[in-house]
Amino acid sequence: MALLEVERIDVFYGRVQALHGESLQVDQGEVVALIGSNGAGKTTTLRTISGLQHPARGTIKFNGKDITRSEPQDIVNMGICQSPEGRRLFARMTVLDNLRMGAYTRRNQAEIKQDMDRVFELFPRLKERLNQVAGTLSGGEQQMCAMGRALMAKPKLLMLDEPSLGLAPILVETIFQIVREINAQGTPVLLVEQNATKALEVAHRGYVLETGNIVQTGTGKELLASKEVQTAYLGM
Amino acid sequence: MSRVRDFWNSNRRNPNAIAYAIFIIGAIFYPSIVQFLNGGNGDYLVGFAADGGIYILMAIGLNVVVGFAGLLDLGYAAFFAIGSYTYATVASYHLGVTPIGHALHLPFWIALLIGMFVAAAAGALLGAPTLRLRGDYLAIVTLGFGEIVPIVFRNGEVWTGGVPGISGLDVPSLPGWFVGPWIGQDFGWVPDFRFNTGNLTAYYVLMCFLIAITVVLVHNLYNSRLGRAWMAVREDETAAAASGVNTVTVKLLAFSIGAATSGFAGAFYGAKLSYVSSENFGFVVSVTVLAMVVLGGMGNIPGAMLGAAVLYFILFRLLPDAPAQLQSLASALGLDFLNKADPNGWPGIGEVVSRLKYVIFGLILVGIMLLRPQGLLPSQVRKQELKHAEHEALTAPRQLQG
Repeated sequence: MALLEVERIDVFYGRVQALHGESLQVDQGEVVALIGSNGAGKTTTLRTISGLQHPARGTIKFNGKDITRSEPQDIVNMGICQSPEGRRLFARMTVLDNLRMGAYTRRNQAEIKQDMDRVFELFPRLKERLNQVAGTLSGGEQQMCAMGRALMAKPKLLMLDEPSLGLAPILVETIFQIVREINAQGTPVLLVEQNATKALEVAHRGYVLETGNIVQTGTGKELLASKEVQTAYLGM
Repeated sequence: MSRVRDFWNSNRRNPNAIAYAIFIIGAIFYPSIVQFLNGGNGDYLVGFAADGGIYILMAIGLNVVVGFAGLLDLGYAAFFAIGSYTYATVASYHLGVTPIGHALHLPFWIALLIGMFVAAAAGALLGAPTLRLRGDYLAIVTLGFGEIVPIVFRNGEVWTGGVPGISGLDVPSLPGWFVGPWIGQDFGWVPDFRFNTGNLTAYYVLMCFLIAITVVLVHNLYNSRLGRAWMAVREDETAAAASGVNTVTVKLLAFSIGAATSGFAGAFYGAKLSYVSSENFGFVVSVTVLAMVVLGGMGNIPGAMLGAAVLYFILFRLLPDAPAQLQSLASALGLDFLNKADPNGWPGIGEVVSRLKYVIFGLILVGIMLLRPQGLLPSQVRKQELKHAEHEALTAPRQLQG
């Protein structure tokens, strides 16, 4: 049984259909990349899994439990957490408060403290900026803060939406390195990216999304080698 | 001793701690000072401060709604009205003249709590359907609510006393267990601690006490998990929901707690004035309180209190007194011609100033906001943000979902 099973979901924004019977799954311990161009429905997929959007048809199961109609806070409680596109930090709150917000649904202070230390190990920069207002961080630091916030929920599945967006190449490298590290520590990751090369290098498996449909799937290496993917997304 | 020193060291550079210390010292010595300056006839100034306390309470409450949770409420006076009318209903002869035919005289403290809870319930009732709205839409709905409530009270016929309102409300009383040998004693400037129209110091002390309770409660809320959730909702509702915050509940709580504070202030207002009328709860009250919060420093409790005190002083003391003051100033300077009214032109300096009262008020507001855009006593976060304003242009623009 897969950890997350998304089965043939249709999602609409008003009358516009964004996802057409999309299916995907994430297994324990995996990094799964979801790649595709602008407007393919990558972010919509994550929003739907998080419960911010509900599908008209199809089912989403997490750990075998149907979460299709669950509310966002319940889904976070079950252990799915996302670092949303554009980071969406709480701009006028300090880094510390942003991280605390990540652990909002948790009560065990000792464990929260422990995870906070783990986040600081991954992102030493955040520790330096602890009492700075998040809106005044640099782009890379904001991304770190967003990922740290997601990790503070102690997710059983971490979803990252465009973590490399708008970052300098050297920071992109760092961020993907950290994704690997997070995964190595045992957290499965569902990664949505426009930077297909990087994403597929990190991912165990990948899905190619085109106007709301999965058109191709395979291991990261297979997709990197595939002719269609190369011409469409890797610019080769 | 070292703990005292630690406390001192950790707080001496914290502007909020300093502000609280000044508030406490000022509140303790204010009655003696004004009595001394006025040769023992300063009672009216003590009463003036007690009335100002009502605005301070309301500003603290509205700060929860607007400053913490970021919900623009333009009908805040409605909850003030609900608190007052509730107090008037449960603690006066009024119910005796309604078809119920039996007057209710609940003890002051219980009536105060009832006023608070009824206002909180009204806040929850209004909030439940409307808090799905965001920003401007919520402002419009609350604006409408603020207009409707006084009209309902005005047209409530026997139940609300109609246009004249309800009079003869019970005065506050100390709880029974408080009565002891000290009652009837004379404490220097605080004579016999009994509530009657001649003893405004008693109202002043009660007001300080109520404000202190409210500040402690709201301050604890601000530093709690709920306080963080409010700010998260203010900053980014979607991201807050994605972090597991139940945004509807959290916003409803902010709205209710704000309403409760306003209702609390309203009940005290009714008790002090011994009279309520729908005329006293108009849009102007809502906007004045909002201006107090913004001017004082949104999201900061001592800021809202300071804003309330400053605006209250300007609105109810400085501006009403200004014409007479200027007249005497003009004659003292030998510029008597300024005071002479000419039937066809110059109406006299006093008259000019009293006509321009609200222009002057507006200029003062604009001036303060230009000099201190972050408010008189801003929250630390807001200060940092304004200092780093140039950074903000560099952060990634928020994207639409795709």
